[in-house]
This record gives sequence, C-alpha cells and structure tokens, in this order.
Amino acid sequence: MADGGGAEGGRMTQGQPLVQVRNLKMHFPIYAGILRRKVGAVKAVDGVSFDILTGETLGLVGESGCGKSTVGRALLRLYEPTAGSVVIDGEDIAALPPDALRKKRPTMQMVFQDPQASLNPRMTVAAIIGEPLDEHTDWTEARKSERVYELMDQVGLNRRFANRYPHEFSGGQRQRIGIARALALNPKFIVCDEPIAALDVSIQAQVVNLLEDLQDRLGLTYLFISHDLSMVRHIADRVAVMYLGQIAELSPRDALYARPLHPYAKALLSAVPEADPALEAQRQRIILRGDVPSPANPPKGCNFCTRCPVVMPVCRDVEPVLTEVEPGRFVACHLVSPNNAGGHASPGAEVREHNQQGEAK
Amino acid sequence: MTLGGLYMPDGAEPVLDVRGLKTVFKTRGGEVHAVNSVSFHLRPGELLGVVGESGSGKSVTMMSLIGLLPSPPAEVRAGEVLLGGRDLLKLSPRDLQAVRGAKVGFVFQDPMTSLNPVFTVGNQIMEPLIKHMGMTKPQAEQRAAELLALVGIPDAKKRLKSYPHQFSGGMRQRVMIAIALACDPDVLIADEPTTALDVTIQAQIIELVKDLRQKLGMAIVWITHDLGVIAGIADRVMVMYGGQVVEQAPVRELFTNPRHPYTRALLKTVPSLTGERAARLEVIQGQPPLLLGAPVACPFRARCAHAFDRCEAENPQRRAVDGLPVGQGHDVACHWTPEAAHG
Repeated sequence: MADGGGAEGGRMTQGQPLVQVRNLKMHFPIYAGILRRKVGAVKAVDGVSFDILTGETLGLVGESGCGKSTVGRALLRLYEPTAGSVVIDGEDIAALPPDALRKKRPTMQMVFQDPQASLNPRMTVAAIIGEPLDEHTDWTEARKSERVYELMDQVGLNRRFANRYPHEFSGGQRQRIGIARALALNPKFIVCDEPIAALDVSIQAQVVNLLEDLQDRLGLTYLFISHDLSMVRHIADRVAVMYLGQIAELSPRDALYARPLHPYAKALLSAVPEADPALEAQRQRIILRGDVPSPANPPKGCNFCTRCPVVMPVCRDVEPVLTEVEPGRFVACHLVSPNNAGGHASPGAEVREHNQQGEAK
Repeated sequence: MTLGGLYMPDGAEPVLDVRGLKTVFKTRGGEVHAVNSVSFHLRPGELLGVVGESGSGKSVTMMSLIGLLPSPPAEVRAGEVLLGGRDLLKLSPRDLQAVRGAKVGFVFQDPMTSLNPVFTVGNQIMEPLIKHMGMTKPQAEQRAAELLALVGIPDAKKRLKSYPHQFSGGMRQRVMIAIALACDPDVLIADEPTTALDVTIQAQIIELVKDLRQKLGMAIVWITHDLGVIAGIADRVMVMYGGQVVEQAPVRELFTNPRHPYTRALLKTVPSLTGERAARLEVIQGQPPLLLGAPVACPFRARCAHAFDRCEAENPQRRAVDGLPVGQGHDVACHWTPEAAHG
C-alpha cells in the first residue's frame, strides 16, 4: 500500500519492508568547561521511524543540518545510535554485538557524497574495489580480480584503468569507483548519501541512470539522501522530508510533489527553482523567514514553529506526532489530521479556522 | 543609436562591454585556453545569467575582467573590457584596484571562506567605504548599518560588531552582498552566490537580489550552473562550454527555443519538479574537454549528437539566429542547424 508511487515507476516493490527504523535517536554530546562536563546534546536525529520496502528507493530530503546524513550513517551503525532500533533484513543492527555486526556488513553498503575524499589516493582502483573482498571473503587472488573486473564492467569503467589511481579520474568516474566498491559484496541495501551533489549537471544524470540500472538488475534497495528535490522526484518511490532531526512528512512521491501536506514540505517545494521562465514568472513562493534553529536547542512544541507561516498557539506547546493522515501518507503537523487532510482546498481557510479555535481557548 | 558599431535596441549604452577576451593558463602540461574569445555586454539594470559546468570558463571570464587571477599562471592574452569608457585590461594594478569594489562589486560562491574571520563584519563593510569613498569612520559606520539593514539583517547597528562565525550561511551571503554594494557599483558580479546555500535560504537571497535591483537599478552578472535559478531571475542568458560562449539569448527564447545541441541536452538532463516525469534521464555522454592548446575545432564535438565533418575542422563562430546582430538577440556558435540535415 505504501508503494503507491512505485507501481508507475515500474519497479519491483514486493511490499516487504527490508529496513524498519523505529524511534531512532542520534544525540551527539556537547562538552564544555575545564572538566569537559557534558552540558547538552546536539539532537541530530530525534525520534525517526520509517520503513524501506524491498526493491524500493526511499528519498530522504531536507536542508543541511537537518540530520539526513546522520540517519544514513546511524542506519549502517557507522555511529552508535543513542536510542531506537534499526532492523535490516530481520536483524536489529543497533543491538548486534561487534562480530555479528561485521558478518552483517556485506548486506548493507554506502555510497558517499565526495568521491574525492572517500577514495584512498594511494590505492589503485582495483585495490579500492577489491578491499571489501579482502576483508570479507577468503577468495583466491584470481577469483577476486575476476570479480573486480566484473564490477568495473557493471559500473561502466574500462578494465584497462584497473591499475590507475583515483586522481586520474574525473568526478563522475570516481563516483563509479565508489559505487563498484559498494557493490562488491552483493549488498541488499545501499545508503546513497548525496551521491551526485559534487558532480556537474551533465554527469549527474549519468550516475543516476547507473544507480537505476543497477537497482533493476540486482534488485537493490536504496536510501537516497539528497537535497536536490527534482532529482529525488526522478529516482525515489517514496520521499521522507526531514526538518531539524525529525520527519515532517513521509509520502509516496507523486502525492508529495502534487500536494505536499506539511507546511515545511510546501515551503521547501515552492523554493526549488524550476527551469522554465514562464512558470517561474507566475509561481508564488513561500519564503520562510529566518534560519533553522540549532539542533542543540530545538524549540518547544513543533520543531518548525519558529519559521512556520501558519503557526498556531498549540504548535508552540505540543509536539505533533507523525500520523498516517491518508493511506500511505504520514505527516507530523497539528494542521493536518486524518479528518481534514483531503478536505481543504485552500490552506489559508484552514489556518484561519484553526487560529480562531486557538484564540477562543 | 550606435556605440562602437553596436546597435542598442533599447537606446541604452552598455555599462560593461567585453570583446574577444582570451585567458590562458600556463601549466606544465601545456597551455590551457580557459577563456576563448568571449564577448558580451551588459546594459544598465540588466541581469545577465551565465550558465555552464565547472571548467566551462564562466568564473575565469569574470575574474579576468577585473584582474583577480594570479599571473602566472594566468595570462589575459587578448580582448577589451570597456567599463565607463575605459579599457580595464590597460589599467595599472593600482587603478584597477580603484575600480574593484568601487565600480564593480563581486559576490563569491562560498560565504564561509570569503569573509575574513578575524575582523568584525562592520569592519569589512566599512573598509571599501573608507578606501574608495573617502568616508570618515563614523560616516562609514552609519552607511554600513544602512547597508546591513538594506540586505535584511535585523538589528543592523548591533550586528556590525559581530564576527562572521556568528552568522549563518545565508546571513553571511547577505553580508557579502552588502560589501559588494557598499560603494554603489555600476556592475555586480555574483559568482554562484546561492550554490552553497539551502533552497529555502537560496529563495530568500534571490528575493533580496530582485528587490535590490528594483531599488538600486544596477546591472548584474549572475554565474550559476542551476538552470532553474537562471529561469527565475535573468533577463538574458549566456551559455558557456569549453571556454567559449556557445549560445546567447533572452531568457524565454533560450528556454523555449534552444539552438545549440549542448543547451538542448542540458535542458533535458535536469529532471523537472512539476512537469512530466521521464522514465529515464537524458544523458550527455562523455566528459568536458581539457582545453589544452589553442582550439581548432568545436569544443563540444566529442559529446555532440549532431557532430559532422565541419565540427572537427573548424571552430564555429557565433552567428545570429533571429536576424539581430550577434550579441543583441539570439545567437549560437554551432555549424549544425535543426532545420538542415547534415551528413
């Protein structure tokens, strides 16, 4: 049911969640003073829950500092989560002891944002792609190099380049090396953390098409973290919008882009420039005031209440809960409840009504 | 009226007129022709969008104009840059310094690194005012507070005493814009001013620039790789590839009737936010060119779907598409035409 957008994309979503995240929290302690006492915590991720179905791509969008990369890293337990559970393929990653976790690693991999920084400049391409094999298999050298060549073919790198170093490649090719490395151990689940952010526009499409081809061929499941909402619309089946460590809205792709429900999702989508001058001239932007509050000191109540254009008194007191307001659509906002999500054509009317109620109290 | 042979349809003389600019970097591997015969002009109050990928020469062009490139390795080899009747390329470094800041304001991409962390924001806004405008310190302070208020920073007077790290990214970019505007420049060059910012903050900055344009009426060059930003803000667009201008047109004309194969492909590789969702993204195969050695062929030929013999033999010159002189209306540097089929 939650894969409403996936059917049109033609992908195989089998309706079984491969990844189940429940109330994930990742707080980074702040130490201060001579005694380095803990004085607080940066609540980078503060209670996030979602599922990723087998074979689907979940897009995770939000602005810098909203915690989307931290979610990706905590999911693979590259950080030790503060609380919550992450069940991947039937096992709770967050609770596994070290040796069991190591055995689990081959099923879950990551593609990093900066292909320059995530490849060791002193290793050849063959050594980089083959390193996961050295670590996790007891294959012979011949078998390993055969696998490396196979991977290079898969991501569209010329086999002749196997003994070259990362600096000899362009950004797009380096990202292909990073993808080949992530594929080496036949993972089921890949976290793509801003995989195209560092690439030129004409190269971005090449990498995104490659990721889609690999998904079709190998049945991969992706968490696609990005701030590029147009690209997420292209690649994702469902999209989660994060703000200040929490999920504001989680909806099937087409529903979200056609009719965002959370005020932040609305503002975010309206802020994205569209490459069409005629459209741009008519568009009504929702310009948010101010900046994102510090995650070390999030506001009371709804974390978006300081910038929300339709804020009500209740928002400053009570934290909204992520609720399913329509089949497959989850929103954390006091304005949107299962009863009114579909009913109101004009959000303005909705706000006035609620404001009056708020004042009457 | 005519000016140096240029016909100005709207009767206004250009504030900035660049002709045949060539910039070369001398490297161990050979000469890199980063900017190759780039010509453009800017009318008063106009916003010219410059689009291109990294390495297309868009930033180097603008930095060459006002002598911001270190030489060596950079060398501006040919061309004229006319600003207020003077050729900037012939000015002494001292005179050029007077032009920078006073006549031409610059906003850089990264607001994190382009402000000096050890000086207060007030200090940095006051510097050009004292240097170029000959203001006294109290006068400069007064003006700096006005400028901060102009770019939408609340409590401006107090914020003058803050350091850059006390500002967020969007606020720092506002400070950069305030510095660039300090001496009331004729031309503002904004080099990817919103690339390092989040979309909601980018929307704020774009609104600010639109607003400032109406208030101050300066001419702006806006460099970006984001076609969406260009669509919303530019009057005219110049597309650069491989150090050359490959297409130039009024913004709506460019988006509705792109002529150069590169522009056409570029517009298709960007997924739409609201339109049809393509099952697969269009791809421009291959890599951007290295630009080693003087160009003798079309820089886009290796990635072009329409390339034919002539593209290999001859670097295309810009030619008018709509009958207006090159630079005035819609022009393109390409041998191929959509109408005629080539072998």
